[in-house]
Amino acid sequence: MVTAIRRRVGTVALHTLLIVGGLLMTFPFVWMLLTAFKGEGQMIQDPLAWLPDPWRASNFPDALDAMPFGRAYWNSFYIAAITVVATLLTASMAAYAFTRIEFPFSRSLFVVFLLTQMVPTQVTLVPLYVMLSHFGWIDTHLALILPAIANPFAVFMMRQFIRAVPIELEEAARLDGANRWTIFTRIVLPNIKPGMAALGIIVFLGSWNSFIYPLIFLNSEENFTVPMLLASFKGQHGGLDYGMLLAASTISVVPMLIAFMIGQRKIINSMAASGMGGR
Amino acid sequence: MTTSTLSRTTDARRPATDKPDSRRTLLGRRRRERWWAALFLGPQLAALLVFTLIPLGFAVVLAFMKWDGLGEKSWVGFDNFQTQFSDPTFRDAVLNTLTLGLITVPVGLVLALLIAMALNNVRGKTIYRVIYFLPVVTSSVAVAVIWQMLLASGDLGMLNNTVHDWFGITLPDWLNDPDWVMVAIAAVTIWSSLGLNVVIFLAGLQSIPAHLTEVARIDGAGPLRIFRHVTLPLLSPTIFFSFVVAVISSFQAFDQIYVLVDPDHNEGARTIVYQVYDLGFKKFEFGASSAAALLLTLMTVVVTVAQFGMQKRFVHYES
Repeated sequence: MVTAIRRRVGTVALHTLLIVGGLLMTFPFVWMLLTAFKGEGQMIQDPLAWLPDPWRASNFPDALDAMPFGRAYWNSFYIAAITVVATLLTASMAAYAFTRIEFPFSRSLFVVFLLTQMVPTQVTLVPLYVMLSHFGWIDTHLALILPAIANPFAVFMMRQFIRAVPIELEEAARLDGANRWTIFTRIVLPNIKPGMAALGIIVFLGSWNSFIYPLIFLNSEENFTVPMLLASFKGQHGGLDYGMLLAASTISVVPMLIAFMIGQRKIINSMAASGMGGR
Repeated sequence: MTTSTLSRTTDARRPATDKPDSRRTLLGRRRRERWWAALFLGPQLAALLVFTLIPLGFAVVLAFMKWDGLGEKSWVGFDNFQTQFSDPTFRDAVLNTLTLGLITVPVGLVLALLIAMALNNVRGKTIYRVIYFLPVVTSSVAVAVIWQMLLASGDLGMLNNTVHDWFGITLPDWLNDPDWVMVAIAAVTIWSSLGLNVVIFLAGLQSIPAHLTEVARIDGAGPLRIFRHVTLPLLSPTIFFSFVVAVISSFQAFDQIYVLVDPDHNEGARTIVYQVYDLGFKKFEFGASSAAALLLTLMTVVVTVAQFGMQKRFVHYES
C-alpha cells in the first residue's frame, strides 16, 4: 500500500518534471508562431504581450515577397535528395568492398577512412574554396553536393549493416555464377534497406540544415538554401520588425517540423542509431 | 578483422568447388577481386581524396605560406602559427571554445541522461521523445533567430523583461556582455542538442535486458546501487560515444554563434572556427586561417586520443 502510493507520487513527480522540460522545448516555437502574427507597432508598445493584437497575417506574404523562399525550398530539397542518393550508393559500395572483398591494404585503407572522420570539416574550408573556384563551381550547387558525398561515417555505418547480411546468401548466388555487382545490387542492397533508410535520413537532415558551406560557397540569393536565405533575411530585414522575421523563420521551419512529426518514429530511431555508432 | 576472417573462410571453402589444382585460376581470381574492390571503392575513395585528403594536404602547405587568394604565395615558415599564438584574439577563441565545451558537454550529457532515465520509467515515451526532439530537426539558423529575440536586451528582450517584471531581478545582457555570452550560447546549444542525446541514451537504456536489473532488485539492491552497478556500466559505451561526439561538436561550434551574435562586436563569442572563418573569408589571410584550422585539428586529435585512453578505465564492454 505504502509502496504503491510512493510509486504513484514518484510517477506524478516524473511527469511534472518531464512536462516542464517539454514546455521549455516547445515554448520558443510557440512564441515564434504567435509573434509572427504581430505588427511592428505592437512589438514596440507592448513587447511582452503573448497574443498578437491585432492578428496580422500579412507578415507571411510580406516575407515571401521579400525573399524567394519557394526557390530556396526547391534548392534545399534537390541538393539534399541528390546528396542522399549519391552518398547511399557510394558509401554502401565502399562498405561492401571493405566487408566482403579481399584486397591488399584493405585494413589500412579502412583505418584511413576512420581517421578522416576526426578531421574537422572546417580545416578544409579555405583549400576547398580555392579548389572549387578553380573548377568554376563557386555559387553553384555542385559546391555543396560533391564535397558532402565524401562521408567516412556513412561507410562505417553501412559496414555495420552489411556485416549482418548472411554470407551464405552471397555464396549461393556466386555458385549460380553471379558476379560481384549482381550480388551487391540483388542480394546485399535489398538486405540493408533499413540501414540505408536510417542513413538516408541522417544525411538528408545534415544536408538540409548545413550552414557554413552555403555561407561560404554561395553568393546569389536565387541559389540560397533555406537556412542560408533565413540568415540573409535576418541581415536585410532584421531590425525591429520581429513579426516579419519570425514569419520568415516560421516559413523556414514549419514544413520541416510537420514532415518530422509524420515520420517521427523512423527519424528518431535513425538518429538514435547513428549515436550508437550505427548499431 | 572480421573482414579478413570472413573472406578467408570463403577462400577455404572455394577450392572444393573450383579446380583445386590450378594456381593460375586462383591468381586470376585474386586479380579479378582487386578490380572489383577498385570498382566498389572507387567513387567514395575518389570523393574522399578530392574533397577531404587533398584539401587537408593543401591546408598544411598553406599554413606555412602567406597568401590572400589572388596575389603571390610566399613561404613564411612557422610565422602563421607564431602570429596565432601571440594574437590575443586567437587565445580568446581557444578559451571561449573550451568554456563552451566545459559547459555544454557535462551539463548537456547529465541532463540528457536524467531525462532518458525518467522517460524509461513512464508511459507516453513517444510523445515526450517527439517534443524533446523538435529542436534537433530545426536548423541552427532558425534556432538562433528565435533565441536571439528571446535573449535580446532592452525593451524587446522577452526573457529579461519577463524576469524583471515577475521577480524584480535584472539579468545580464546575455548577447552583448562578453562575460555572459558564452553562457547564453551554451544554453542555446544544450537546448538544441538535448533531444538527440536523450533518444540515444533512451535507446541504450532500453537495450539493457530487464532481467539484469530484476536480479539486482531481488538481491536487495536499491535504485541507486542498481544505477551505479548495473545501468551505468552497461550504458557506458553509449555514454562514451556521446561524450566523444559532444566534445568534438563543441570544438566545432559556429552556426548558432554566427547568427546569434556577431563575434566582431562581442569578442566573448569568438570561437576557433569563427577565427578560421574570419581570417579566411573576411580578412583573406588564407595562410593564417589554415594555421588556426590545423591547431583546431591538433586540439581535436589530442583530446579524442586522450578520451580513448581513458576509455579502458571507465567504459565497460561486454565480451
